[in-house]
Amino acid sequence: MAEPALELRDLNKAYGALTVTDHVSLALPDGEFHAIIGPNGAGKTTLIHQISGLVPSDSGSVWLGGRDVTGLSLPERVHRGLVRSFQITSILPGFSALENVALAVQAREGSSFRFFGRARDEARLNDPAMQALEEVGLGKRAGVRAGLLSHGEKRQLEIAIALAAQPRVLLLDEPLAGTGPEESAVLIALMQRLRGRMTILLIEHDMEAVFALAERVSVLVYGRIIASGPPAAVRDDPDVRTAYLGEEGG
Amino acid sequence: MTMPPESGPGFLKREAVPVVVFALLALLPFVAVLGAESYLLSLVTRVMIFAIAALSLDLILGYGALVSFGHAAFLGLGGYAVGILSAHGQTDALVQLPVALAVSALFALVTGALSLRTKGVYFIMITLAFGQMAFFLAVSLAAYGGDDGMTLSGRSRLFGLDLFKNDRAFYYAVLLALLGAYGLCRSIVVSRFGRVIRGARENPQRMAAIGFPLFRYQLVGYVIAGTLCGLAGFLLANQAEFVSPAYMTWQRSGELIVMVVLGGLGTLHGAIIGAAAFLLLEEWLSGFTEHWKMIFGPFLVLVVLFARGGLMGAIRRLGGGGHG
Repeated sequence: MAEPALELRDLNKAYGALTVTDHVSLALPDGEFHAIIGPNGAGKTTLIHQISGLVPSDSGSVWLGGRDVTGLSLPERVHRGLVRSFQITSILPGFSALENVALAVQAREGSSFRFFGRARDEARLNDPAMQALEEVGLGKRAGVRAGLLSHGEKRQLEIAIALAAQPRVLLLDEPLAGTGPEESAVLIALMQRLRGRMTILLIEHDMEAVFALAERVSVLVYGRIIASGPPAAVRDDPDVRTAYLGEEGG
Repeated sequence: MTMPPESGPGFLKREAVPVVVFALLALLPFVAVLGAESYLLSLVTRVMIFAIAALSLDLILGYGALVSFGHAAFLGLGGYAVGILSAHGQTDALVQLPVALAVSALFALVTGALSLRTKGVYFIMITLAFGQMAFFLAVSLAAYGGDDGMTLSGRSRLFGLDLFKNDRAFYYAVLLALLGAYGLCRSIVVSRFGRVIRGARENPQRMAAIGFPLFRYQLVGYVIAGTLCGLAGFLLANQAEFVSPAYMTWQRSGELIVMVVLGGLGTLHGAIIGAAAFLLLEEWLSGFTEHWKMIFGPFLVLVVLFARGGLMGAIRRLGGGGHG
């Protein structure tokens, strides 16, 4: 059997007496689109922080393509192909959209200890960056300062930055947060196109989007995965209905 | 390949400020009235030396948002390299300068490696602490004048010749150093490396998530800035033919920050203009009263409050470029 693209083994995290991640184990086969849902405060974002290396885990391990990456920092994990986006838009507002993405290309290829030559004019960096921008539908906005983009466009830009890093596993932390219906539609179509091209772990509140996109869904409640399986099965799971969808019994 | 042309009328318009500044500096020795020449020359030489120091600080403060409050230490390190070597009979710039730069770089490497593990206010405090350490080390050097500092036997020699003895020759050597430092910083800022440093100022978490381990980039930036400031220290010792712990007081570090902010953070030529404005105002105002800081303080407050982007920001607005 092939190694899972991403595997979590018994991850734990507590802030004082508050357990935010409680014995989480999960394996994503190569190319799977997996979604994690859960009520507010379930610990979804903390889990993404632990997987990406932004926050250290108390115990447990993260495996990428069969290799233990638990001891690696966030940038080191990015170089191994584990790339994330943020729930709260995180871009470089003073840089152009193209430069935001070109930096991701620069991080992936070649040295950044170069002190001469205008980085902004390097076709080696700009061409792949432009490609990523066009892929997310921002080709025409390449020259615009990122801070001036609309909220939806910033979300698209974040995905373009992640794509330029050429991820094997992409962690998307609520990419639809704060977007209007039209902006959501663009982003959902974009995620649809990414399906199967890489392994994706999506955290999302928008149930409609989750059930349309994901091949498997896991439900996180109080830091614990209470159900995991195909969308239809998870939706009908009585535990899930009680704990998450707020229904009393059948 | 398809690089935008760097020449033509657009170039002059875009680069008007540095072109004018350097042209004025290059012509000054010719237009200076004979009688006051040596006074003016030495004043502007000092301005240029501090401009190099401010420039080096702008590289990490303006572009990297690293508020180093101990930058004057490098002025002292560069200066004492000259002083101590010449006290032992080694007066050749070809030895003194590399030693000054190497000592500064090493100090930056060690203190930077520790300081850059902290952020924000803690970074300011720890750089201040290292600056004070250097200051008290100099005070304790009884063999080299201790508190009082030491007078040099003369300026550095080059190939055994007393080239810098002539104030004009020294002036042009300093101008050349300033031009070189400015060119180097300009190049660094737009390079791949500079883009990483600027990105870290905008959003360090994003830069880490893009895949940049920022610490090592910031450390290299810190070493470059410290080394450049060491060059300024080497020149300052030569200009004054004197070194003392006063080179590296924390007040001096503060003045360097003021120069950069006054000129306009993150503009490079702003640092030159800021250094000039600071030293010339100091010179002019102290002619009226010894309490010149009573006037200078409020002036500074006004600039910070009303001229966003410092003097460079004001110049840009006057030039009609509306964006800030």
